[in-house]
Amino acid sequence: MRDFAYHRATTLEQAGPLAARAESAILAGGTTLLDLAKCDVVRPAEVVDITHLPGLADIRADAESLHLGALVRMAAAMRHVAVRAACPAVAQALALSASAQIRNMATLGGNLLQRTRCAYYRDPASFPACNRRTPGSGCAAAGGVTHHHALLGTSEACIATYPGDLAVALVAVGAVIEIGTRWMPAEDFFLLPGETPHREFALEPGEIVTALCIPASAASRRSAYLKLRDRASYEFASVSVAAGLELAADGTIADVRLALGGVATIPWRLHAVEAALTGRHPTPATLREASLLAMQGATPRPDNRHKLDLAPRLVHRALEQLLQGDAA
Amino acid sequence: MPPTAHAAAPAAAPPAALPQGSPVPNRPITLFINGHDHVVMVEDRTTLLDALRERLHLTGTKKGCDQGQCGACTVHLDGQRVLACLTLARQAEGSAIATIEGLAGADGTLHAVQAAFLAEDAFQCGFCTPGQIMSAVACIREGHAGSEAEIREYMSGNLCRCGAYPHIVAAVQRAAAALPSEASS
Ligand SMILES: Cc1cc2nc3c(=O)[nH]c(=O)nc-3n(C[C@H](O)[C@H](O)[C@H](O)COP(=O)(O)OP(=O)(O)OC[C@H]3O[C@@H](n4cnc5c(N)ncnc54)[C@H](O)[C@@H]3O)c2cc1C
Ligand code: FES
Ligand code: FES
Repeated sequence: MRDFAYHRATTLEQAGPLAARAESAILAGGTTLLDLAKCDVVRPAEVVDITHLPGLADIRADAESLHLGALVRMAAAMRHVAVRAACPAVAQALALSASAQIRNMATLGGNLLQRTRCAYYRDPASFPACNRRTPGSGCAAAGGVTHHHALLGTSEACIATYPGDLAVALVAVGAVIEIGTRWMPAEDFFLLPGETPHREFALEPGEIVTALCIPASAASRRSAYLKLRDRASYEFASVSVAAGLELAADGTIADVRLALGGVATIPWRLHAVEAALTGRHPTPATLREASLLAMQGATPRPDNRHKLDLAPRLVHRALEQLLQGDAA
Repeated sequence: MPPTAHAAAPAAAPPAALPQGSPVPNRPITLFINGHDHVVMVEDRTTLLDALRERLHLTGTKKGCDQGQCGACTVHLDGQRVLACLTLARQAEGSAIATIEGLAGADGTLHAVQAAFLAEDAFQCGFCTPGQIMSAVACIREGHAGSEAEIREYMSGNLCRCGAYPHIVAAVQRAAAALPSEASS
């Protein structure tokens, strides 16, 4: 790991300008930043430890929303009763992430900003070509092993998968990201690669995510997160689904929220599937047909074609699980 | 972590103690480890793992992957299990650090989890074992050792290349029966 200087910030006013300096990086739990520094993917000259900033580690719930401070650790959020009640999908997404050790270290803010696990991105010594890492250098993944690469939201420049779980649940339930004094829907926070895959998040240098906010809704209270992996635990998603459901008094679907993980370059909201379900009775045929729209527009590669079937089936299973919860 | 080549030529004569290629000098920090303060010289980039192993010669904590993927470096920070390879030593300043060296009693009496690993023969080469034991102590304390499935899930951050998993699970179960958890106490 290259050398860098360490600063421990004690106020937000002090941290922002420090983090805005040219070769500076924000350090929270460090589980992404130090890993990528060791891979030589990020090369900060100084790191700004924000974990001692006051007031950013609260969990608060009221009638309108659930507020999660950016410095809340994954482990604290996943076991918090207010989180489990207001948005089971978020609690489950965290519980199915990483390991107990990493969940004790990692913050929710840092979690959103975790980087792709693309093996080519992570290994600059072996694979100099990576548009995400070095703009204009090419893409080593395009002709490589693509088992873990994206089918949705890809571009000529980049096919790297967004690996996180939490963000998939947040996007599904319409969460809002608080960045100091401004707010942004979670869906707008993650940028499609397009021709600029190195621009991954809608953040300016030095901007600090301060909180995540989940508006209270029936679909969020009745939500779930399902994750399929290549091994049973301590593994990123092969495919994951965040789903939320609200039924009207007549049994039709009043509100449904769906997003996919593991298959796209950003957390992938399933607007088409949601539209096909809203207002309908959740019959097995309706669920099945709607789920088949999940991978609309996908560009499969030889090693990830199986996800064309896997993703719709997992969407279907998630919806069935939420409906069974209703019968019980 | 090799020294970097790009900064290898210092402009002015650096102090003798400055490691080659390092513009950020060693600085003394105080780490509170296993109940005692240790003053240790580290660079800002030094991980807690390297500080423990290379500077303080507490080599019980192992370096497997050095990238958060194996759990061999598991220690406790203020009672929580964390990975020392992805923690900077300076991040751990002000926290209580517990390593495998501090687990047994002062008279050498083994901790219940250590004794259970011996009783169940829960290792082959033993390289992953200090991390497994530190993780298991926390796993039991958290109340996550209720069933075999729960143990496997909450111990999944500790890989064992020898595949001693069935014995590790048995050891955690044996120790859990002898120890209180936060969930039950
Ligand atoms: C072996 C392994 C397995 C994993 N498995 C999973 C998994 O299954 N699912 C999953 O979702 N994740 C997984 N992860 C990723 C892990 O969850 C993230 O590394 C972690 O959540 C990042 O949080 P952090 O606080 O450690 O961030 P850091 O590493 O400190 O920071 C990450 C990035 O965010 C920036 N940053 C941090 N906080 C802020 C802020 N408040 N405002 C602005 N910028 C900020 C940093 O500058 C850096 O670029 C895994 C990681 C490892 C190493
Ligand atoms: S050495 Fe830290 S997790 Fe492998
Ligand atoms: S006993 Fe050899 S790695 Fe676990």
